[in-house]
Amino acid sequence: MTVAIGDVAPELELRGTDGRTHALLSGDSAPATVVFWTCNHCPYAIGWHDRLVEAARDYQSREVRFLAINSNDPDRYAADSFEAMVERVERERWPFPYLHDETQEVARAWGAKVTPHVYVLDSEHRLRYQGAPDPDYQEPAHNASWMREAIDAVLANEQPSRAETDPVGCSVKWKP
Amino acid sequence: MTESPRVEFLWWTGCPSWERALAELREEMTALGLDPGSIEAREVTAEADAEREGFPGSPTIRIDGRDVSPTEEPIGLTCRVYRLRDGRGSPLPDRADVREALEG
Repeated sequence: MTVAIGDVAPELELRGTDGRTHALLSGDSAPATVVFWTCNHCPYAIGWHDRLVEAARDYQSREVRFLAINSNDPDRYAADSFEAMVERVERERWPFPYLHDETQEVARAWGAKVTPHVYVLDSEHRLRYQGAPDPDYQEPAHNASWMREAIDAVLANEQPSRAETDPVGCSVKWKP
Repeated sequence: MTESPRVEFLWWTGCPSWERALAELREEMTALGLDPGSIEAREVTAEADAEREGFPGSPTIRIDGRDVSPTEEPIGLTCRVYRLRDGRGSPLPDRADVREALEG
């Protein structure tokens, strides 16, 4: 399965490293929501991470909600275990919840392909952008520009001029 | 062209950065007057290959047998996390590390 632009995103209900269960609907007052797949071991996710953190902080005052999800099989990549997720969030003080998709059902329902894979939703949880944060994992100056353009458009009740890009990164590590 | 050192480039298709890494390696070799045609590029496709090659992830570049950015990471089919000189994590080695390794 996969989510198409304009579709209402599938509900998700996942345990976060904060010990709480987070759901899409529980943030239904947010004017925009960013859901992105990430992980601990992938250099692309690591390379883009600071840009996503900075964007989350920049849009905090606009009440944009960010949710990070890790769906990787920890038996294949121990660095992506729930315990390692907890340790990383505590060490780096993330400004958004880091959710564990243990069954990988959420990744399959959304069609998440790689880490990072970004989805920007409007206030009705309709998908308005999906793809990479910006054009180049290697260049911080891009500053998650594609994702920010999409968030800005959603906040202005407009359609993002760029609705889809190819996500670039490490493939989601599926369980056998 | 001066005589090239032995340059090995090992890659796994699971990491999309390998083409860019190879292009940058070629550029650095050309800039130093080395022959990029001498690169021994080998695709690593299975865990058994990774074990045999001592492959800690993609991409891996070795100059005369030495990794341009030595790592203690375990052997396996994975994407390598390089640490750039400014401290950022990256799927590509720092070009300055590649250049220094080529210069010997």
